[in-house]
Amino acid sequence: MILKPRKRVWWLALILLVISFNTQANLTIRITQGSDKATPIALVPFAWRGSGALPEDVARIVADNLERTGLFAPVPRENLVSLPSEASEVIYRDWRLLDVNYLLVGSIAEEDNQLRINYELFDVVSQERIFGETVTAKRSQLRSRAHFVSDRIYEKLTGQRGIFSTRMAYVTAEQLSGRADYQFRLHVADADGQRSRTILTSREPLLSPDWSPDGKKLAYVSFERGRPAIYIQEVATGSRYQLTNFRGLNGAPAWSPDGKKLAMTLSRDGNPEIYIYHLEEKRLIRVTHHYAIDTEPSWSPDGKNIIFTSSRSGGPQIYRVNLQSGNIDRLSFEGNYNARARYSPDGKEIFMVHRESGGGLFSIAGLNMDTGRLRTLTTSPLDESPSVAPNGSMVIYALMQGDQGVLGVVSTDGRIQYELPAERGDVREPAWSPFLN
Amino acid sequence: MDLMKYSKPFALAAILALVAGCGGGAATQPTDEEEVTAEEVQTSDEDSAETAGAAEEEAANAEAMAEEDAVERPEVMTIYFDFDKSNIRSEFYEDLNAHAAYLQANPDSKVVLEGHADERGTREYNMALGERRGNSVQRYLSLQGVASEQMEVVSYGEERLAVRNASTSEEHQQNRRVEFVY
Repeated sequence: MILKPRKRVWWLALILLVISFNTQANLTIRITQGSDKATPIALVPFAWRGSGALPEDVARIVADNLERTGLFAPVPRENLVSLPSEASEVIYRDWRLLDVNYLLVGSIAEEDNQLRINYELFDVVSQERIFGETVTAKRSQLRSRAHFVSDRIYEKLTGQRGIFSTRMAYVTAEQLSGRADYQFRLHVADADGQRSRTILTSREPLLSPDWSPDGKKLAYVSFERGRPAIYIQEVATGSRYQLTNFRGLNGAPAWSPDGKKLAMTLSRDGNPEIYIYHLEEKRLIRVTHHYAIDTEPSWSPDGKNIIFTSSRSGGPQIYRVNLQSGNIDRLSFEGNYNARARYSPDGKEIFMVHRESGGGLFSIAGLNMDTGRLRTLTTSPLDESPSVAPNGSMVIYALMQGDQGVLGVVSTDGRIQYELPAERGDVREPAWSPFLN
Repeated sequence: MDLMKYSKPFALAAILALVAGCGGGAATQPTDEEEVTAEEVQTSDEDSAETAGAAEEEAANAEAMAEEDAVERPEVMTIYFDFDKSNIRSEFYEDLNAHAAYLQANPDSKVVLEGHADERGTREYNMALGERRGNSVQRYLSLQGVASEQMEVVSYGEERLAVRNASTSEEHQQNRRVEFVY
């Protein structure tokens, strides 16, 4: 049955929800594969014209953000020849000697309890000012503004929207005393792993978080009542409700691109099948009809197709169902295990868990939808849960690092990889948010 | 407890179907006067819901007849499965029969069949796989005459591993299981 919202919302929220804004469970970043083709860029520390110390180092945050894309190589600070903070102080010759292509300078001034951030970006090679602007922020918003500045610079230099103001959801599992004694937590953090906060704590498994297209809600699976059910939770307020309570599996929720529907896996009819639930009309439609396992639905960006994992050929492979005609075609042929595929935002490629025929590694691979060409992006043994950044440049996934589950990110061109380990517990089930600004 | 005691023709046909579907290793299964065609075998294997429904009635009868005494709860509480498979291995029939006998002798007892997978592959696929494993056991027990109200399947997929960080095939094997939780 589909549960009505509201009725259960508040007591569930009271009993189960633990919102702790101060929880320090941030993920650190460890770059494991850098790019040798990255463009050198100098990011000068922003001049500070105010009292006290600033809570954040804006130029440092921008440098770290740009470095993680694999497209830029920030010059180490100790190599900076001078510290200009505005155009009049920039001497191009100095920066050409440093062999950098781009230069960012800026300043932060305090006026009426507001911070005014001025910044300017220069092309050192052509000796031109590319752009500059002023943004304001409260002190508490400084980190968000640093991500915003990163987005602006990235977009000016690459022509592609930046993902530095996006967030990610993920699950941690921390083993307590007993063998089957775990603390599961659902977290939301900035794309750089910082400012993590726990939005749900449970002693029972949590999995499959999926962002609504407006970035305001998460659908996920929780076992908090002893069996799996799909819940929907508002990220900002924490209010949540149980959406499904069918017999058997209630899993793999996936928002449609218009946010009006949720695809899911239910076994209410005896077998795992894909269903679509219309949230406004409160109508459930069954999509697949097969005695094999059908699960892990994901919508094409245009909302016309759903790709899913099916064992109808014997082992798991990726299939696509056209929602208008109902036609189903098989997409993956290489390898003996292909599962949990997710579309790139342009719909041209899907990213999935892939195991070569005869091979033992479960890797993240991209499958080109036009050419059918498959490329493997990762090489650790147990990679899973790929989630694509909204600009299509990166894929976040879960891997085992020794005996700890950590998150990994790989650029979709394969140039750069980094890991986001937590201080304790296994990290898993990452979901990259849509653009939030 | 004799397997034959509660076997009704239809249930038996379906048991044979399960065995046939498992691809061998069924030499110890009893044969019966009832002829089973290959077609029936296929049908009964896939139409599990209907079969289970029919078996329910039988189970009710069996329950009424069941003796309440002296059937002890089996010691083996976990059975294991092959990678990406949910068919019951023939080596576990005896253990399942013991659970069936216990459940029939104790109609008030209930069991949760917890399906599990190893950590290789994806979580939701493993969730489905765990459920299929639980369903295989439920179907088998149902065909032995256990009332469906006595059984519930809950899949935990790879969320509750018996062996964490399994690396050898033996360790992975320990995770691909159905646990009987009374």
